[in-house]
Amino acid sequence: MKLADSSCYTGRSNGYATGPNVRLLFGTVFALAIAAMAGLGATWMALTRGSAYGGVTIGAWTGWPKNGTSGIDPYARAMVARTGELPVGSGDGVAFYARTDDAGQPLDGRCDVLLSGTTPQARFWTLTLYDPEGRLVANSAQRQGFTSQEIVRNADGSFDILVGPRARPGNWLPTGGVDKYLLVLRLYDTPIGMASRTGSEAPMPSVTKRACL
Amino acid sequence: MIRLALWLLGALVLAGIVHLTTVLLLPRMATQDAYARVSAIAPVNSVIPIPGPTPEKAVMPFMDPAFQVSVCRYDLSRGALKFSVPISQAYTSVSFYTRSDVAYYAINDRAAGRRVIELDLMTAAQRAALPENEEITAADRLIVTSPTNTGLIVIRALAPEVGWVPAVRTALASAQCRPQ
Repeated sequence: MKLADSSCYTGRSNGYATGPNVRLLFGTVFALAIAAMAGLGATWMALTRGSAYGGVTIGAWTGWPKNGTSGIDPYARAMVARTGELPVGSGDGVAFYARTDDAGQPLDGRCDVLLSGTTPQARFWTLTLYDPEGRLVANSAQRQGFTSQEIVRNADGSFDILVGPRARPGNWLPTGGVDKYLLVLRLYDTPIGMASRTGSEAPMPSVTKRACL
Repeated sequence: MIRLALWLLGALVLAGIVHLTTVLLLPRMATQDAYARVSAIAPVNSVIPIPGPTPEKAVMPFMDPAFQVSVCRYDLSRGALKFSVPISQAYTSVSFYTRSDVAYYAINDRAAGRRVIELDLMTAAQRAALPENEEITAADRLIVTSPTNTGLIVIRALAPEVGWVPAVRTALASAQCRPQ
């Protein structure tokens, strides 16, 4: 029994030892390994880095109005399936995400960031602060965002919101001191969306970094 | 050299196929997508409130904390559904998602134009099977066609200030979603 096994084994390995077969074997393994790594790597990158696909970018803010329709692209679908979120339906509103300030610097919860200006026309809007996984951030003030009705406005209707780790007078949105966060501005019942691909003219609040802790 | 280049080329083509296949299959394979998360707490064809997000716990990521949310996880395989929700003071919207979390339809209180958002949800086959005379009366009835047998109706009502929450909850509590 033992003898038969070993002879069978050596027989096979002898077969592979001949030139072209070895090359074929290594080539196949090499190609499959690269294919698996590059293919899965590309998928992982596409789903974690956030797609720039079909987005409307205004300053630091990017929205994907199409994600709230059945015309959502396969990358966004996969991303939504992975995170477990539900995109805002286009008949409901549009969500704009800011991960950086206007200068392209990632938002850091240890720094003060000033949001200033107005939003595009909408019946209501909300501004919410999340960690990169989409969880709310705990803080002593128990405030995770503002609605358009809660905000204190300037005489001309514009507003300033200070996003930072330390309490401030006025509209203060606490960061809880986390190192990375993102801001989501959701516009409800708004004409911004599919019809207006020319979103770049719409006014969005500026995002300016100030002093850091 | 040429042989190596050919192997590399083959590998890249394969990598492309792997990439596209995984992206396309992921929505079907996902076990922690929104539908699965909601299924864990929502019975079929009834409206239940979804607890609001807190820093410690949230049913789904990226929920808007200013909103009260209720969900009807529907199954149309036994017939069409009637849905209704009274609108709250500030803003109410109803969004429809397929089994794979695609938002195929959404309507808000202003578009509905009434004190109550009322509609019938059915599959394309059920709609085609509606008797002729019903099709005529259907003119003043909002009919939403679901591309899948199962999915989610998500009712969102805004509480623009914290004090509004109880009133908004009361409005949501009388939402209904039941077989015809």
